[in-house]
Amino acid sequence: MSFVTMLEQISSGMLKTILIFILTLIFSLPLGWIIAFGRMSKNKIISGITGFFISVLRGTPLMLQLVVVFYGPYFLFKWSIGNWRFPAIIVGFSINYAAYFAEIYRSGISAIPVGQYEAAHILGYNKLQTFFKIILPQVIRIILPAVTNEVITLVKDTSLAFTLSYMEMFTITKQIASAQTTFMPFAIAGLFYYIFNLLISFVMRKLEKKLNYY
Amino acid sequence: MSEKTIYLEMNNIKKSFGDLQVLKDISLSVHEGEVLSIIGPSGSGKSTLLRIATMLETMDGGSIKYMGEEAVYVENGSLHYAKPQNLREIKKNFGLVFQNFNLFPHMSVMKNLTDAPIHVQKRNKDEVLSEAKELLRKMGLSDKEDYYPSQLSGGQQQRVAIARALALKPNVLFFDEPTSALDPELTGEVLKVIKRLAEENMTMVIVTHEMSFARNISDRIIFMDKGVIAIEGNPEEVFNSDNPRMQEFLGKLKHE
Ligand SMILES: Nc1ncnc2c1ncn2[C@@H]1O[C@H](COP(=O)(O)OP(=O)(O)OP(=O)(O)O)[C@@H](O)[C@H]1O
Ligand SMILES: [Mg+2]
Repeated sequence: MSFVTMLEQISSGMLKTILIFILTLIFSLPLGWIIAFGRMSKNKIISGITGFFISVLRGTPLMLQLVVVFYGPYFLFKWSIGNWRFPAIIVGFSINYAAYFAEIYRSGISAIPVGQYEAAHILGYNKLQTFFKIILPQVIRIILPAVTNEVITLVKDTSLAFTLSYMEMFTITKQIASAQTTFMPFAIAGLFYYIFNLLISFVMRKLEKKLNYY
Repeated sequence: MSEKTIYLEMNNIKKSFGDLQVLKDISLSVHEGEVLSIIGPSGSGKSTLLRIATMLETMDGGSIKYMGEEAVYVENGSLHYAKPQNLREIKKNFGLVFQNFNLFPHMSVMKNLTDAPIHVQKRNKDEVLSEAKELLRKMGLSDKEDYYPSQLSGGQQQRVAIARALALKPNVLFFDEPTSALDPELTGEVLKVIKRLAEENMTMVIVTHEMSFARNISDRIIFMDKGVIAIEGNPEEVFNSDNPRMQEFLGKLKHE
């Protein structure tokens, strides 16, 4: 196999890796808020169930969760799961990351002094205005470093999709490496993950700077 | 005084936290243009009373009226509020200045002042902006419009907080120890601003530990002790009272 072919194949996997990454963020970042609100709910049943859900997602391997999401429908309902591979990966990743984001959001919200809510209340802001105008902007600044950490971990975690033999970059890399008995694909893939994360760190640092106006 | 409109009326307010009875049947009223100071030892229930008046805290008994309109009352042990849209109108009657300012750290000084008038009261933006500038000028903060709260001294922050409350044009302004989070040298500038408001006949209810200030600006003073109003009267009556608790309180302050 020529170097160019190798590069082409790895690049096609790279696109899939990026797709997993982007879709996971698109779903898990908002879903995390829903879970966080469930966790903070005054209703003991809702917060209890959400808490349990979070602890299971954080306390079991993501690899295992991916397998469960993928094969679950077949074992439970005998559904055909032929086209389910890619959606299962996105669902598995999104739910898992949402659980982590939820805990980050929750810690950010609890860092806001109660006086901020009281001031907003006295000034006549309603609940939605208070959340979106007063609380959320402060929370985002607080949680940004923790979110950045998760996002960087996600770049690396995308490789876990190999568990379901999905042809993202890591799966392809492994295949080429064992077929051609060469180390080169790993070096290329490693370089890619590294550069991708450098880029993300750069963007997030810019964002942090931008939010550090006060 | 009696012919002036009653702005706030609180009747038979009772409040307990668990077994601790913090307010035992407190009644008071505040008239148009009046400055009422509330003094008393730590833990006597002053903040709780303000928090109930501003509806940040619920009560176990009693009723609160603003401008003659019932805002909240307790009947058969359960709390009743005015209808939501009435309550919203009633709440426009008062503002509150907190001990620790509670400015919004992510908003500039100007935005802190104008955001609620524009987005909550839906008032004309240009009008709100020019009024806010005028308020800042009165507070001696004209050059601080674009600053963020963290870039200001405590005294400046508290003056911004006062301006923010005034921007909503409340009828009654409450203060809960507005200077006790400040260094002594910054206390004066805030007290001066409040004194100026008193001269402009702003109706105010002020919880304070600044005795000479209270004596100086108040029309009426309430001395609270262990959840009851122990003395109420004009400054001379209250400070010259031979109530032993009052004497003890003043003595303690002198020795601090
Ligand atoms: N949310 C609460 N839960 C339980 N106890 C409370 C609560 N708020 C106040 N208390 C108690 O109620 C009593 C009165 O408190 P309050 O803050 O009204 O006193 P204060 O007169 O304002 O005192 P200070 O001069 O120290 O500010 C205190 O014993 C306080 O510990
Ligand atoms: Mg207090």
